[in-house]
Amino acid sequence: MNTVTAPVITTTYREALRMALREALQRDPRVFLMGEDVGRYGGTYAVSKGLLEEFGEERIRDTPLSESAFVGAGIGAALNGMLPIVEVMTCNFSLLALDQILNNAATLRHMSGGQFNIPLVIRMATGAGRQLAAQHSHSFEGWYAHIPGIRVVTPATLEDARGMLWTALMDPDPVIMFENALLYNLEGELATDAGAVDIDRAAVRRPGSDLTLVTYGGSLPKTLQAAERLAAQNISAEVIDLRTLRPLDMTTVLGSLAKTHRMVIIDEGWKSGSLAAEIMARVMEQAFYELDAPIERVCSAEVPIPYARHLEQAAIPQVETILAAALRTVKQHV
Amino acid sequence: MTPDPILARKLLHEMVRIRRFEEKSAELYSAGKIRGFLHLYIGEEAVATGVMQALQPEDAVFATYREHGHALARGLSAGAIMAEMYGKVEGCSHGRGGSMHLFDAAAKFYGGNAIVGGGLPLTVGYALAQKMQQRTGLAACFFGEGAIAEGEFHESMNLASLWNVPALFLCENNLYAMGTALERSEADTNLVEKAASYRIAGKSVDGMDVLAVLEAAQQAAQFVRAGNGPYFLEFRTYRFRAHSMFDPELYRSKAEVERWKQRCPIAGFSVRAISEGWLTPQTIAAIEAEVAREIAQAVEFAEAGTWEPVETLTRDVYTARVQPE
Repeated sequence: MNTVTAPVITTTYREALRMALREALQRDPRVFLMGEDVGRYGGTYAVSKGLLEEFGEERIRDTPLSESAFVGAGIGAALNGMLPIVEVMTCNFSLLALDQILNNAATLRHMSGGQFNIPLVIRMATGAGRQLAAQHSHSFEGWYAHIPGIRVVTPATLEDARGMLWTALMDPDPVIMFENALLYNLEGELATDAGAVDIDRAAVRRPGSDLTLVTYGGSLPKTLQAAERLAAQNISAEVIDLRTLRPLDMTTVLGSLAKTHRMVIIDEGWKSGSLAAEIMARVMEQAFYELDAPIERVCSAEVPIPYARHLEQAAIPQVETILAAALRTVKQHV
Repeated sequence: MTPDPILARKLLHEMVRIRRFEEKSAELYSAGKIRGFLHLYIGEEAVATGVMQALQPEDAVFATYREHGHALARGLSAGAIMAEMYGKVEGCSHGRGGSMHLFDAAAKFYGGNAIVGGGLPLTVGYALAQKMQQRTGLAACFFGEGAIAEGEFHESMNLASLWNVPALFLCENNLYAMGTALERSEADTNLVEKAASYRIAGKSVDGMDVLAVLEAAQQAAQFVRAGNGPYFLEFRTYRFRAHSMFDPELYRSKAEVERWKQRCPIAGFSVRAISEGWLTPQTIAAIEAEVAREIAQAVEFAEAGTWEPVETLTRDVYTARVQPE
């Protein structure tokens, strides 16, 4: 056990991502970043700001608006000895590259009988909440988690923003990293010696004993707030951050359920066919008799995300809706 | 170009090898030994044969789902390809790919891509990595003229030119994208001009003449190797057989197919090689005999191959790695 604690700095999720990018670029000459406006513009969300000046145009590579070609080029470069980080501006645009992601990145290893690896990382912003309407606000991480052959990670804390990238780059298979756009300004403390973290396990972000709140990504801060409000009513909620959506760490989820016997799943994806549905299904298969109450889901409404603020807010998970679901789970099934 | 007898023999041998392999594949398909989709390269042999002759072991090859000929010409064994089509573990993709997904890492043969145009971005990225790592080999990508209607073609041409990568784009124009004729799918059928619009140098070549293919491919490869950026070659060719084994060929006339068969790359080259004195009829007969032996052995190899146990079904989806504690 390390007893010496490194000093901490106050920083943001965005800065933590940039530290991770910088470290990766410094650490390994095979690493390069490419995507729309990652260079001169400094990144749509300013994540890569300053990196062009530091690492040059070869390694901080602006691309045309050709999602399919530059994601495919990332796969080709990964096939040939490089460790590319491809930034897709938002997951909504990633659909233009879905062919390359699904038909090539996820399948080449398998189709070739295990002859090739694709050590590629694709980063993309996800999520609603900024009044950007129906073509810039959706959450597709659950869709991507449907695909065998890729790994899906969703950093929701500063530590994970700082630490998941390197681990993902070292993974021999393609990893897609979803960054909820509302998290970029998240402030917090980060140890100066923070570094790579595992991308295999879910994390218990708040221990509790009365019910389990399972979430990931942009819904984690809201879920933690809901847990705080539940505590004020003497309800002890355990909050699990899935961190990795594929493969799912059901051991941690089921371990918590064995303690609390009640569960609410918070997932910004649409409810039908969602990641939340998958978790529910697995609980039914693997831990049906642990349940003291039906599992509840707090997901996005079945609607393209609307522009008007009050409608947008009504469409996605909120502290109030998480709280209401948690209270029903605890109080209506005693 | 005038080949010496050794080169002439090699070119004819390769074309005959592909032709007979494909004929045997069709037969085995009808016998139920090969399943799935089967796209035969018969008629187009001069293209893969000539191009591969111009490539080096350090170069990478990306191909389409009509790629048995390319795999053979690149040096994959007929046995490994046949076993793959049988679905056997001994196949070049261990039975996971089949006819449309032949791979061989050692030969730098990257498939076997069955999404039209899908190999183009991979080629650009592969070539970019060659450049970034200061390596000398180029990345060659075969695709049909049908791919030119795909957005990925245009995105990839632009990116390849913009980044000046060592990529060789090899368009096999057999006039039909499955059943849709080029003039029914392209407003402008001048393919070289399309590449030129991205400032990529290019040339149109008679794809039924193996010597013309070889010469053009050598010049193009030299251009790319010299660091001049990508190059585009259009090979005008024709498939003599149906698109796949399910195609009733309603979209083209028998007369048209017969006209093209008169330009058979193998018959044409054989006649010329004899009249020019490059080869003798005895040599040609010897080639046929060698190829027949090789293909018989390939079938034997595939027949004797083994089925992967179902217990390992989910293998090779992810790379096996040590899970942290």
